[in-house]
Amino acid sequence: MTVDVEVMKPPRTEVGALGWLRKNLFGTWYDALLTVGSVAFICVVLYGVFNWALNTAKWGVVTTNIKVFMVGRYPYSEVWRIWTSVGLFLVMALVSLVVWKRNVTKARRGVTIAWVIVLLLTIVLLKGFGDLPLIPSVPINIWSGLMLTLALGIVGIVASFPMGVLLALGRRSSLPVIKVFCTTYIEGIRGVPLISVLFMSMLMIPLFLPPSIRLDNVLRAMVAMTLFSAAYVAENVRGGLQAIPEGQYEAGRAVGLNEGLVMVLIVLPQALRAMIPAIVGQFISLYKDTSLVVIVGLLDILGVAKAVTGQREWIGTQKEVFAFAGVIFFVTCSALSYASRRLEKQLGVGER
Amino acid sequence: MENERSEASETREMIICRDVHKWFGDFHVLRGVNLTLTKGEVVVICGPSGSGKSTLIRTINRLEEHQKGDIIVDGIELTHDIRNVHAIRKEIGMVFQHFNLFPHLTALQNVTLAPVYVRRWSKDKAEEVARQLLQRVGIPEQADKFPGQLSGGQQQRVAIARALAMQPKIMFFDEPTSALDPEMIKEVLDVMIELAKGGMTMIVVTHEMGFAREVSNRIIFFDEGDIVEEAPPDRFFTECKEPRTMLFLSQILTT
Repeated sequence: MTVDVEVMKPPRTEVGALGWLRKNLFGTWYDALLTVGSVAFICVVLYGVFNWALNTAKWGVVTTNIKVFMVGRYPYSEVWRIWTSVGLFLVMALVSLVVWKRNVTKARRGVTIAWVIVLLLTIVLLKGFGDLPLIPSVPINIWSGLMLTLALGIVGIVASFPMGVLLALGRRSSLPVIKVFCTTYIEGIRGVPLISVLFMSMLMIPLFLPPSIRLDNVLRAMVAMTLFSAAYVAENVRGGLQAIPEGQYEAGRAVGLNEGLVMVLIVLPQALRAMIPAIVGQFISLYKDTSLVVIVGLLDILGVAKAVTGQREWIGTQKEVFAFAGVIFFVTCSALSYASRRLEKQLGVGER
Repeated sequence: MENERSEASETREMIICRDVHKWFGDFHVLRGVNLTLTKGEVVVICGPSGSGKSTLIRTINRLEEHQKGDIIVDGIELTHDIRNVHAIRKEIGMVFQHFNLFPHLTALQNVTLAPVYVRRWSKDKAEEVARQLLQRVGIPEQADKFPGQLSGGQQQRVAIARALAMQPKIMFFDEPTSALDPEMIKEVLDVMIELAKGGMTMIVVTHEMGFAREVSNRIIFFDEGDIVEEAPPDRFFTECKEPRTMLFLSQILTT
């Protein structure tokens, strides 16, 4: 026997787009007022922006100087090396995306090793060697533009991550010497602004090194950014480590793992996963802070932007130039946070 | 003749604790514990909370350090030498009250981790053994799930499989059913009973007196850092003499 139940549909005004509008935007008379007011405001702003961007703005300043923005003073005859590097990176990114999305566990180690090789290869390719006929040396000193920004950012991120993990482990070490050293380092760095670390690296590093070794300015900036960022990464990682219950260490020891393996196989994977948002946040802020190198005389993309607006024929084009630089930063930072969200999702399976 | 006998008995004695003392700061947790387990023996330790019974078994595999006395596991003396500590931990499988599974690994990976990295088995061999063990504890179909997706009883059974994967000669259970919902206790106890009947040497810290009655060789009542009384299960419940034991039994048996 079946029972006929009359299915009553909800009133039309309560569901669907109309219902949503009614509920969220026109619920009360002041909601309606706010809605109308905001829409009007948004329209005015958007009209202004588009009107400027499409009619008034002289985008010629960007298109004419695009090479300067991208690679700065890098010799144009050698720009193919940059394209090759970018191509390598894109191919690697694509391969990683496929491998991780398809969950090809076996290929992961290969891809990771390939990344390291590609990174080293890129450095060699971009820098070149004095005697090689195909890739003559390009002094790192003249790296500038977006290329410098990316180089500082990538080197800073790649180098400060392992250093930060080691510092965090050191700060939790039971050996007093290591603990005191790491704690002093972290607190010392966190106690000074990045600019002063940059100045110090420009002025002090040459004093410590023998006169025969001369580090390029760009290299010194890379060292400074890495040392600075590592302290912050270390604190983030330490936060993650503290969240791991003692029972995890005990379970690891009880099955016979030594302390190092307990750390690498059990504690760090969990701690780092929990800290991905914070660590990526630190990386994004490191990437944006690379623009501070202008102060020590390097031309990152913002430095180039400033120089371009100083050219006589492009006077009065600050808006266009800085809007362009802003868009570039926005796109690259968004890419970083997108990557972090993917990583979180990838590793978040089976979280308790 | 005398020497021969003592040597033979050395190999049969899996665990020897002689006058073991431990302090947490000023607090004297273990006060001269003497305990000997022979091969295949199943011992249940019960006692009020805070009496030091968990600390005792955690001391034997060096999750805690004792400050005085000797501990010898299967002929290996527990010293500060890290090699001895690791050798002893390989002999002893441990199951915790709160399971302590590795949440970032699947059930199968939880079981294979130690065999691969400590025993240096190939991944294929470790997985084969792990699947057999998961079969043995009754959850072969859960192999690829993460601990967070399993019930408490299933998690504890994975934890037992993980401990067994190292092929230990001795198993420690530290209140294995205390954190479980009542309907899941039996599935874990069944696995433990099967293990005990299979001849495993076991120390079980628990208040599950049904389990103690069914499979244990000895029940130890532990209080204030020492063994108060011990007896085989058939005599323990009827013939205990100490008022503390009687009080404790009356408390746990009525509830």
